Amino acid sequence: MADKIATRDSYGRALVELGASDPNVVVLDADLSGSTKSGEFKKAYPDRFFNAGIAECDLMGMATGLAFSGKTAFASTFAMFATGRAYEIIRNSIAYTGANVKICATHAGLSVGEDGASHQCLEDISLMRGLPGMTVLDPADDVSARKLIKAAAEMQGPVYIRLGRAAVPVVYSEDDDIVIGKAVKLREGSDVTIMSTGNVLSEALAAADQLAEEGIRAAVLDFHTIKPIDEAAIIEAAKGDGGIVTVEDHFVTGGLGSAVAEVMAKQGLGCKVKMLGAQDRFGESGKPGELYKEYGIDAASIKQAATELCAWTKMNTAP
Amino acid sequence: MEITKLKEMAQTIRQDIIREVYSGNSGHPGGSLSCADIVTALYFEVMNIDPNDPAMKGRDRFVLSKGHAAPALYAALAERGYFPREELTTLRRMHSRLQGHPSMNKLPGVDMSTGSLGQGISVAVGMALASKLDGQGRVYALLGDGEIQEGLVWEAAMSAAHYGLDTLCAVVDHNGLQIDGRNDDVMKVNPIDEKFKAFGWNVICIDGHDMQQILDAFEAAKQCKGKPTAIVAETHKGMGVSFMMDNAGWHGKAPNEEQARQAIEELGGVF
Repeated sequence: MADKIATRDSYGRALVELGASDPNVVVLDADLSGSTKSGEFKKAYPDRFFNAGIAECDLMGMATGLAFSGKTAFASTFAMFATGRAYEIIRNSIAYTGANVKICATHAGLSVGEDGASHQCLEDISLMRGLPGMTVLDPADDVSARKLIKAAAEMQGPVYIRLGRAAVPVVYSEDDDIVIGKAVKLREGSDVTIMSTGNVLSEALAAADQLAEEGIRAAVLDFHTIKPIDEAAIIEAAKGDGGIVTVEDHFVTGGLGSAVAEVMAKQGLGCKVKMLGAQDRFGESGKPGELYKEYGIDAASIKQAATELCAWTKMNTAP
Repeated sequence: MEITKLKEMAQTIRQDIIREVYSGNSGHPGGSLSCADIVTALYFEVMNIDPNDPAMKGRDRFVLSKGHAAPALYAALAERGYFPREELTTLRRMHSRLQGHPSMNKLPGVDMSTGSLGQGISVAVGMALASKLDGQGRVYALLGDGEIQEGLVWEAAMSAAHYGLDTLCAVVDHNGLQIDGRNDDVMKVNPIDEKFKAFGWNVICIDGHDMQQILDAFEAAKQCKGKPTAIVAETHKGMGVSFMMDNAGWHGKAPNEEQARQAIEELGGVF
């Protein structure tokens, strides 16, 4: 059994490492530094940590001002308040200007669990990827989260990094290459392709393992970068013999599924796509595992969708 | 710059504002004219800046939080030598660097892109945090009085006081009018001075068209330690042009040729 680490803990660790190597790194939070783990940076570098209080719009504005004064500014709060409450500040002060602000939003998606719908942001990827110049990252585990946060710090310009609340299995090893904009193929298979983003990756991998036991070979791709999306990886999968299942802890509109469908439509590729994620429906209170099952993004749901897709493909491509 | 020269420059900038908005046949003359004296004082006397090196390290910064007063900012930048004065007539045209609201990535000298009210002051707080960390540069932000109806202004006001940002000076251009009419009718903002005081700011109230008072206030702000300063400047919308003065109808309307000629002549210029 792999170690389980929440990607917000990876964030806290990465921040402390970045703070040591770069005196220009500053971190801001909006009264959630204990939860987002930006508090780890505060402990190590109190002079470079700024609390905005419960004021997410001002959090983003302050981060922007620091960025335009030569700092690499990390701004963290929950995904709901970062991208929802402060959307227009992100749009006009950060994205439009190309400010060097790294928005690190934790507690994204249903993984929030018991807090319920008001705190389960299922549209943040959609909101952020619509902004010109915004890089959108959604790491699946501890290793990829730390590597992507460091890569974000090294690049100029705004980045949205989506982080989860719940501990999730570590999938990658420290030697793995994680490059912004490049999807990672974790399982080979030609019957069906499962495309995953963020914390549901371990569910996708579990589904692939269960499918293999039944003789279905499923490829699994981790789209840790939603924007810029890895078009080549999508094209390769869409030209294969099987269909595609996308899975995300997000509304099916505007997220990974949409991004994949856009590329396929543009390329004129017509394989069938099953999009798993929250349909036209808000979240609710429950344990993350229960919610993943209820909303159809757990391993069993992914397996079922892949099985149905394989059956459909076989029926529709039979001579 | 001599105070008489500053007063003349403010009138020149007012003429530029009329030319810009007339040429673009679009823009906001009223609130640009009301803040012309303040912007002139900043760009020609108060701020440590270099038109030949707009991104100079350690410089003072100006954030036009009331971004719709872009014509006043553009006029000051052009007169100060950041870009050719002839370009002022391209305001709001396709491919112009003089966007409807200031865009820092298009025009050198613009320290922050603004236009959506309330955001500039918050960014200015971030800049002042950096100036405190780095020990160099002051930050000036200009707000409209209608703008302070935005909640974000007060989030930023709280932060600036909390962090003791004495390198930050905000000016409220209190002309009493906004798009839908008088502040008092749309949404009361008074007393502005007491609000900022209650938020922990050093507050100075002045006549925003009296150049000596403006200069004295900026100097007093520099001397104040441990807290940010808010200058509440009593102004007239459309100041200097008889038919625009104190008239909310000239918030965002361009003059026709006859009106532009009269305005520029009233301001001591030649159309």
